[in-house]
Amino acid sequence: MELTGAQILLESLGREGVDVFFGFPGGAVIDIYHQIPNYPNLKHVLVRHEQGAIHMADGYARATGKVGVCLVTSGPGATNTVTGIATAYMDSIPVVIITGQVPTPLIGNDAFQEVDIVGITRPCTKHNYLVKDITKLAKTIKEAFFLAQSGRPGPVLIDLPKDLQQQKCVYSYPKKVSMRGYNPHYDPNVKQVRKVAELLCKAKHPVIYAGGGVISSGASKEVTKLAQTYGVPVTATLMGLGCFPGDDPMWLGMLGMHGTYAANHSISNADLILAVGARFDDRVTGKLSEFATKATMVHIDIDPTSIQKNVHVHVPIVADCRLFMEALNKEMAAIVEEGEGCPPKTKWLEQTAEWKAKHPLKYKPAAKGGMIKPQSVVEAIDKITKGDCIIATEVGQNQMWAAQFFNYKLPRTLLTSGGLGTMGYGFPAAIGAQAAFPEKLVIDVAGDGSIQMCIQELATAVCYNLPVKIVILNNGYLGMVRQWQELFYEKNYCNTCMDVAPDFVKLAEAYGAAGFRVTQAKDLEATLKEAFATPKPCIVDVVVDPEENVYPMVPAGKSLTEMILV
Amino acid sequence: MRHILSILVENEPGVLSRVSGLFSGRGFNIETLNVAPTLEDGVSIMTISTVGDEQIIEQIIKQLRKLVTVIKVVDLTEVKNVEREMMLLKVSAEEGKRAEILRIVDVFRCKVVDVGFDELTIEITGTQDKLTALINLMQRFGIKEIARTGAVAMRRSMQ
Repeated sequence: MELTGAQILLESLGREGVDVFFGFPGGAVIDIYHQIPNYPNLKHVLVRHEQGAIHMADGYARATGKVGVCLVTSGPGATNTVTGIATAYMDSIPVVIITGQVPTPLIGNDAFQEVDIVGITRPCTKHNYLVKDITKLAKTIKEAFFLAQSGRPGPVLIDLPKDLQQQKCVYSYPKKVSMRGYNPHYDPNVKQVRKVAELLCKAKHPVIYAGGGVISSGASKEVTKLAQTYGVPVTATLMGLGCFPGDDPMWLGMLGMHGTYAANHSISNADLILAVGARFDDRVTGKLSEFATKATMVHIDIDPTSIQKNVHVHVPIVADCRLFMEALNKEMAAIVEEGEGCPPKTKWLEQTAEWKAKHPLKYKPAAKGGMIKPQSVVEAIDKITKGDCIIATEVGQNQMWAAQFFNYKLPRTLLTSGGLGTMGYGFPAAIGAQAAFPEKLVIDVAGDGSIQMCIQELATAVCYNLPVKIVILNNGYLGMVRQWQELFYEKNYCNTCMDVAPDFVKLAEAYGAAGFRVTQAKDLEATLKEAFATPKPCIVDVVVDPEENVYPMVPAGKSLTEMILV
Repeated sequence: MRHILSILVENEPGVLSRVSGLFSGRGFNIETLNVAPTLEDGVSIMTISTVGDEQIIEQIIKQLRKLVTVIKVVDLTEVKNVEREMMLLKVSAEEGKRAEILRIVDVFRCKVVDVGFDELTIEITGTQDKLTALINLMQRFGIKEIARTGAVAMRRSMQ
């Protein structure tokens, strides 16, 4: 059967199991949009800015584990997605981006709305394609989806010129992909598994350091099983939150710059670290030369480039985290069966429990009638929802408080831009998650600064009745930068005061959403409950203490134990 | 330390830019780079010489392997190899200097491929050291121009 390029694209999206995608039309993709009504199973969400589309696709992917898809036009449509592509790339999120391109005869001539998007996105995609031959389109789409979700996941871009969308060819969708330059290694080496099991049995102070790879590979259950069965304390990166129940006694909390006292001290005193799907980011390690100097380092990652990149690893293991953890659990069971056993790490657990008790996450409570503390807002959300919701965050203080004061219990319940730190990410990501799970409560914990970066997507949320709840921790500042200025730049609050801001309640109403404002602590829970029960998108503007800081904090370049505590 | 990497790539548009972009984006060095087709259709071979400590070279190789269009990466420095580079060198050769230059050409077993009234163009093939030695010797006559291919290399049959 002969199909046009536009039809081939949409038909193939259907075959890949895409149910919803996010986009914005333009001259170079009209042919695709012309066909969309003929594919009723593909729900298209019209955004208000292309950055919104890519973040929605990303949020959809993080919440579901499936590939998120976005469709934009050439030139500015394509360049507007670049921040979102880099966001997905840094956090290894599977997304496929379709960009329109000017007709092939015009490529390179500086045509209207022409940009070399393949060139621009080369360093921030896992791979990208410019399709120049209609007969290769179906194969390219198949490869793009395969690449996006296999190995270490990531964004893949397909640039599709307008004339190819109109050309016809016989359509057949390949069943299999084979690329000789791409063979991710999944299976763990049996000897290495045995070695790690033996190390774990011998270790006196072991810690599991879990990253986003635990979530993307689906290893949460196996990690939890290992930790609970053999009494191994667990810490996680921002990207790993949710991979281990936050109310479990083995849970140490997040580690790193704004990590807990217990997590940072445990990692610094560990004699064995199992780094699972994590990449030793500078926000996690602090001063590298003083990071976990006493530990034998075991690093499991699907991506060989992550291993030995920042720290020296004693046992490098290239494998899928879930397959490795499964194998390790089996090996541990075998060792126990053989009678050699894994002695309980009683003293170590007493020590970590003591650290937890000595310096839990805390903040100075508000004075009576004083301003609401932002941390208490996150705690209230946790209490009201009992953890049963999806949290998206913007970037900055709001992100750190959302990470610290909410008990994540399940994977894929926290959507946050960890690697790139993209302000404006949270709200569209929340919309993407809501599109995947219309019945779930999806909350964007926002700051008054970052919410303004993609606020236009309120129209999208209202239009499709995706009832995302935005909770703004409104301190009138770009809070995290202000905090650094306070602590390290002589309180020179240069350009961090956002004293001119819209009335967020009226703004919500102007878009057709609901708006609430909270200024008194006594109204906080009731207002949040009311908003969460409102069946449409809401903004809850919570006016909080303007100069509250995120603690604990490890100043940049210091070692993890040099923490500023409350 | 200097390493020579032999990289088999899919010969498609943008592959050079993927490789060179990786080096510049991650702060690695390219000392020389050479690309040409192989006997297999659609496959090219790149030879890159680069410098870095063990950890950097390991990262470079892993990062290259991660590129979808890269089929194979071999660090030839780890095995016995033959390495060669070709250079064209244009040197001033007025009357009186010419005989001396031709003697050097003889000693180096290179050849003159173009002659002008007062200049000679010499073609030389050899290791980097040999090329450098010739440059040093020719400097006093006045080198006008050089063009080098960058290293190409191959694993020796007898290891």
